[in-house]
Amino acid sequence: MDNQIKIKAQNINFFYGQTQALKNINLEIYANQVTAIIGPSGCGKSTFIRLLNRMNELIPNTRCQGKILLDGRDICCDTDLDIVEVRRNIGMVFQKPNPFPKNIFENISYGLKVNGIKDRHFIEDKVIESLKKSALWEEVKDRLHDSALKLSGGQQQRLCIARCLAVEPEVILFDEPCASLDPISTAKIEELLLELKKDYTIVIVTHNMQQAARVSDCTAFFLLGELIEFGKTQDIFTAPKDKRTEAYITGRFG
Amino acid sequence: MRKNITQNMGFAFLFLCIGVTLFFLFAIIYFVAARGIRVISWEFLTQAPRNAMTSGGVAPAILGTFYLTLGAMLFALPLGLACAIYLCEYSPKGFIVNIIRMSINNLAGVPSVVFGLFGLAVFVKFFGFGVSMLAGSLSLGILVLPVIISATQEALLAVPQSLREASLALGATQWQTIKRVVLPTALPGILTGVILSIGRVAGETAPILFTAAAFYLKGYPKSIFSEVMALPYHIYALMTEGTHPAQQTAIAYGCSLILLVLVLLVSFIAIFIRQRQRTYAHG
Repeated sequence: MDNQIKIKAQNINFFYGQTQALKNINLEIYANQVTAIIGPSGCGKSTFIRLLNRMNELIPNTRCQGKILLDGRDICCDTDLDIVEVRRNIGMVFQKPNPFPKNIFENISYGLKVNGIKDRHFIEDKVIESLKKSALWEEVKDRLHDSALKLSGGQQQRLCIARCLAVEPEVILFDEPCASLDPISTAKIEELLLELKKDYTIVIVTHNMQQAARVSDCTAFFLLGELIEFGKTQDIFTAPKDKRTEAYITGRFG
Repeated sequence: MRKNITQNMGFAFLFLCIGVTLFFLFAIIYFVAARGIRVISWEFLTQAPRNAMTSGGVAPAILGTFYLTLGAMLFALPLGLACAIYLCEYSPKGFIVNIIRMSINNLAGVPSVVFGLFGLAVFVKFFGFGVSMLAGSLSLGILVLPVIISATQEALLAVPQSLREASLALGATQWQTIKRVVLPTALPGILTGVILSIGRVAGETAPILFTAAAFYLKGYPKSIFSEVMALPYHIYALMTEGTHPAQQTAIAYGCSLILLVLVLLVSFIAIFIRQRQRTYAHG
């Protein structure tokens, strides 16, 4: 953990109506590392990463307390802040691939266009670059103008990653990105994550503990809305300090 | 064995119901077509009525129906789309929005003749538009407003939330998301609703009865403040007024056939669009 702190969550509490989904979370996410968040269903891990790019605000009747510092600047629960700017800086790849019902090129250029970029050459270069970075270029270079919905699930997910890369975020959040993919597609995405962390800070929520062990530098274990343990992945998986962490990673519950 | 007998009886009953429904549909088409086709000619479609409605054509009524429908859609479409977008995408979910939704659904249940009376009181008298194309178009527009709103709402609700999230997560504003992702995705559904409502407007008689329609006009309407002939009202007038029932009835069937063909045509366009949407949605 020698890297610099990119995101710092301080005393985060989050409520869906009366139900408290996150309880006093304190967590540090380091730049150019992969931070995995693991835990059983309903433990609040998706809720947590959706706080980082303020996606939870789309859900009515939710409430949030605490601070989330991105490079020292509070981006949480601060209504004066430009949410659009936050979301541009913190990209997200969702659980189910969700390409727009547009062609491949338009899917990737979308983020550039909504952010006011009009230069066609720049957009074209950026689309190609993003597809190359997401390891999809070789598979789609001859059919950029085909519907993105014709791609396979794994390809669609890599398209979503490319779409995210095109707007040059600093942080990328992955919310169980391989949950609906086959093992080969999953392997490709994992390989990609290791490649991407050179340029980006990555947070990944996963149900798959082997995946967390394979790709992440740090791991956070959530249970019932609480952060039970956080540390270097190799420590968490070899010598967990908390009994509940040990029980979970050895498969005794979850 | 018993289970099979019950199942077969069930299927038989369902087929019977479908049969009866289809019978009426085809009976109407056949009946109207068989009688209407006799008077249909190039002259019937392109000439004005002559000799106290007993000969000539019905071109002014066809054109009038076209104008009234166009006017109603010009009025109702932007308004209905805006309402639906606001209700689905912007308004906070809650009590007040539920009341608004319920009101719109109830508006859809108001009998069409009531819209006619409302049009007479408000557009013809209060706003002083007189019996005119404008007053008729507005009355028809209000009639289809709830149809357009609910069709658009349904189409918008069918757009997966994940697409909105994907767009917002890329730094798009809510309006950009609606304009560039939600509306294009919902467009086929919206168009289907719009086209079906065109069919509805074209065929309505009651709302234009007191607000726009004339039994017989020399020549074509000159402005939006002119009275106008329209196919549905023309049929009604032919069957209730005039002195030559035999010729008039024949012409009324001709008008019915034209109206029926127009409305069916519009429905087929809607079906065609929906089919294209399905093939696109599945890659």
